[in-house]
Amino acid sequence: MTNIFIKSASEPEPTNWKRYFSFSTDHKVIGVQYLVTAFIFFLFGGLFAMIVRAELLTPQLDVVDRSLYNGLFTMHGTIMIFLWIFPANVGLANYLIPLMIGAKETAFPVLNAIAFWLIPVVGILLLFSFFLPSGTAQAGWWSYPPVSIQNPSGHLINGEFLWLLAVTISGISSIMGGVNLVTTIFRMRSPGMTFLRMPVYVWTTFSAQLLQLFCLPALTGAAIMLLFDLSFGTDFFSPFKQGDPVIYQHLFWFYSHPAVYVMALPAFGVFSEVIPAFARKPLFGYKTVAISSLLISVISTLVWVHHMFASATPNWMRILFMATSMLVAVPTGIKVFAWTATIWRGKLHFQTPMLFALGGVAMFLFAGISGVMLASVPFDIHVNNTYFIVGHFHYVVFNTVTMALYAGIYFWFPKITGRMYSEGWGKLHFWLTFIGANLNFFPMHPLGLQGMVRRISSYDPQYTGWNVVASLGAFLLGMSTLPFIANIVSSWLRGRKALNNPWNATGLEWTTSSPPPIENFEEIPIVTSEPYGYGESHRLAADSSSI
Amino acid sequence: MRNFNIALLAIFVGAIVLASHALGQQAYNWLPVAATTEADLVGHLFSFLVTLGTIVFLGVMGMLLYSILFYRATKNDPSDAPAIRGNLKLEITWTVIPILLVIWIASYSYNIYQRMSILGSLPLVHLHIMEAPAYAEMGSSDMQPAEQIEVVVKQWSWSFRYPSQNVTSTELHLPVNQRVHLMLQSKDVVHGFYVPNFRIKQDIIPNQTIPLRFTPNRIGKYQLHDSQFSGTYFALMTADVYVDSPETYNQWLAEAATRPPVPAVNLAKSEHSQPPKTPLRSKWHTVSPAQPPVVNK
Ligand code: HEM
Ligand SMILES: [Cu+2]
Ligand SMILES: [Cu+2]
Repeated sequence: MTNIFIKSASEPEPTNWKRYFSFSTDHKVIGVQYLVTAFIFFLFGGLFAMIVRAELLTPQLDVVDRSLYNGLFTMHGTIMIFLWIFPANVGLANYLIPLMIGAKETAFPVLNAIAFWLIPVVGILLLFSFFLPSGTAQAGWWSYPPVSIQNPSGHLINGEFLWLLAVTISGISSIMGGVNLVTTIFRMRSPGMTFLRMPVYVWTTFSAQLLQLFCLPALTGAAIMLLFDLSFGTDFFSPFKQGDPVIYQHLFWFYSHPAVYVMALPAFGVFSEVIPAFARKPLFGYKTVAISSLLISVISTLVWVHHMFASATPNWMRILFMATSMLVAVPTGIKVFAWTATIWRGKLHFQTPMLFALGGVAMFLFAGISGVMLASVPFDIHVNNTYFIVGHFHYVVFNTVTMALYAGIYFWFPKITGRMYSEGWGKLHFWLTFIGANLNFFPMHPLGLQGMVRRISSYDPQYTGWNVVASLGAFLLGMSTLPFIANIVSSWLRGRKALNNPWNATGLEWTTSSPPPIENFEEIPIVTSEPYGYGESHRLAADSSSI
Repeated sequence: MRNFNIALLAIFVGAIVLASHALGQQAYNWLPVAATTEADLVGHLFSFLVTLGTIVFLGVMGMLLYSILFYRATKNDPSDAPAIRGNLKLEITWTVIPILLVIWIASYSYNIYQRMSILGSLPLVHLHIMEAPAYAEMGSSDMQPAEQIEVVVKQWSWSFRYPSQNVTSTELHLPVNQRVHLMLQSKDVVHGFYVPNFRIKQDIIPNQTIPLRFTPNRIGKYQLHDSQFSGTYFALMTADVYVDSPETYNQWLAEAATRPPVPAVNLAKSEHSQPPKTPLRSKWHTVSPAQPPVVNK
C-alpha cells in the first residue's frame, strides 16, 4: 500500500519527464503542464510588476519611459490573469477533478490537450510584442476604446493587435477547457458520487467553469469587434462615428466581473479541502458551502456595472447594481463563516498548506470587506480608479487566490509527484509571502483613499511614504518565490517518498497511489456518504471492495 | 461555567464594538480634507462603512486567532476532532445577519447618493432604517442656480470655459458655497474628472456632454486629476482647482477677461519634445499631444 512510486513497467511512455513536453491526453500530465507553464508566466508577470514598483519608488519618472510603463502594467495585468491564475486554476482542476470524482479520464481528452497547447501561443504572442517597433499594448488590461485603438504607429501588426489576438485565443482555450471540465463533472462521476457528495473543490470548479461558458463569449466577441475597429476600419466603438465606447465597457465587464469569481471560486475550493484536513474536522455546513458556490456564480453575472459607477451610467443603473453587488457578500460570507467554524474546536496542524490556507482566508476577509465598501456607489465614486481598487483586487488575486494556489500545490504535491516537499522551506516561503504581500498591498488602500490615481507613472510627492513601503514589500514578495522554486525542484528530484495518503485526508484522490496510475484507480470506487468524514468511523466514504 | 462564557463573549463583543467605533471616527482623517458638501456626506458614509467593516473583521479574526491559539493539536496526536457537521440554526443566523447588514449599507448609501445628486435628483425614497447624522447639513444655498462651466479635455490637457464672461483658463475657479454645474466634454478618448478633496468622479465620454453638479464649501487650492487612463502622458494630466470667496472669484473672472488669449503651457507637449533620460527607454510610437488650449489665463 505505502510506496507505489515504482516506475511502473506497464506504462508505455518512455521516461517520466519527456511526456510533459509531449501532446499528452492524460489529464494528469496536462494538469502539470498547465501548472508549470502558468508559473513560468507568473515569473514574467512578477518581473514586470517589480519594474513598475521600482518606478513608483520615487515620485518622478526615473526608471522607464511613459510608454514602457504603460506597456509594463498592461502586460503585468494581462499575463497575471490570462496566463497565471486562469491556467494555474485549470491545471489544478485538470489534475484533481477526475481523481476527486472517481473517473478514469476527463470527458474530452484531445480537446483538453488542444486547450492547453493554446496557452504557450498566447504567451509567446504577448511577450513577442515587446520587440515590435510599436511596442506592446499600452491601454491597460481593460483595453478601453478609443485609447486602445489609436494605433500611433500605423502598422497593421502592432502591440494592441497581438494583444487582441492573444485574448481571443485565450478565450477559445478557456471555453474548450470549460466544456471539458463541466462535462466531466456532469457525466463522469463514479457510482454513488451524487452532486451532494462531491467535494467543495469540485463544486467550485463546476461553478467557475459554468461562468466561463456563459460569460466569456461576451469578451471574446468584444475583442473581435475591437480588433476590427483597430485594424479594418469598422466603427463599433468609435464615439465620433456612431459607435459607442460604453458598450465595449459593458461587454468587457459582463465577462470580467464574473472572471474574478472564475479565479476566486477554485481558491474557495482549495480552502474547503485543506482546512478540514488540517483541522481534523468535517467541513462545517458542507451543503450550504457547496450550494453557495453556484449561488455566487448566478449573482456574479448580474453585478458588472459596479466597475462602471463613474462611467456614463445613469442613476438607476448605479443604484440597481449597487444592490446586486452587495448580495454577493451573502453566499461569500457563508463560506468564510464555515471555514471559521471548521477550525473552531478542531485539532489544528500547521503544515505549509494549512498556513497558506489560513493566511489566505484572513486576507480574503479583508478583501471581502473592502469589496462591500466598493459596492457602495458614493464611496466607490471617490476611490474608483485609485490605488484603493488596486489594493482591493490584489488582496483577492494575490493574497487570496495565489495563496490558495500555493496551498493547493503543497497539499497535492505528494499526490502529483509521489514525493514530500520540505516543510521548513515551505514555512519560510509562507512567512516571506505573507509579510511581503501585506507590505505590498496594504499601503495601496491609504494611497487610494488619499486620491492617488492608478496607472500613473509619476505622482505627487505627498504619496511617497506608502509607495516606498509598497515597493519594498513587492521586492520581498519577489524574493519569496525563491525558496518555493528551490523546494519544489529539489523535492521533486530527491524528496522523501510520499505515502498514498500522507495527510490522512478523505477525498477519493487519496485512495489511489501517489502518483496515481494511468487510469487513476485500480477499481472504480463506489461512494457511500458525504465527503469530509473526519472523526467518523467510515472516513473515506468510498468503498472499492464491494464492487 | 455557561454564564462565565456568556460574560466573556459579551466582553469580547463590547470591546470589538468600541474599537470599531473608535476606528470609524478615525476614518475621516484617512481621506483628504473635505471641500464640498458631497465630501462631507461621503465622509460620514465612509466612517459608517469602516465601523461596520471593522466589527466584522475583528469578530471573525478573533474567532480565527482564538482557534489558532487554543485548538492546536498536541504533538504527534493522530486522532480526529469531534465530527461536527453543522448546525442549522447557526447557518441560518449567518445567512440572515449579512442580508440585514447589506440592506442597511445599501439603504444608507442610497440615502447619501440621493443627497449628493451629482447627476441630478433620484426618486425620493425615505428609508428610516438609519438616519445619517449629516442630514441637517445641506444648506439651502445648494439650490441656487450657478454658472455653467464647460470642461474640455483632450490628450493631455484640461481647459475650463466660462461662457458668460467668455473666459477660458487652464485653472478651474469655483465660487464657494454655490452649486457648481460643470459640462464635461472630451475631444478624443475617455478621460475622467476627479478631485480627491471633492470626492466626486465622472468619466468623460467623447462626443457626449455630461453634466456634473456639486457644491464646494471650503476655500483653498486643490488638484484635479484625470481618472480614466488616457494614453501615454496620462500621469501628467492634472490641473489646479481654486475654491474662491465670491469676491475673489468675480475679481479673477474680470481680470482674466481682460487678458489676450494665448496657447497654454502644456506638460505633455514639453515632455513629448524632450523625454526624460530614464535608464530604460522603449522608443515606442506614441500619440502626439493635441494642440494645447488657447486660454486667457
Ligand atoms: C507579484 C506581486 C505583484 C505585484 C508587486 C503587483 C503590483 C501591481 C501594481 C503596482 C499595479 C498597478 C500598476 C498601475 O496601476 O500603474 C498592478 C496592477 C495589476 N495587477 Fe498586480 N501585482 C502583483 C501580482 C498580481 C497578480 C497575482 C495578479 C493576478 C491577477 C495581478 C493583477 C493585476 C492587474 C489585473 C492589474 C491592473 C493592470 C491595469 O491597470 O490594467 N497582479 N499590480
Ligand atoms: Cu466586479
Ligand atoms: Cu472586487
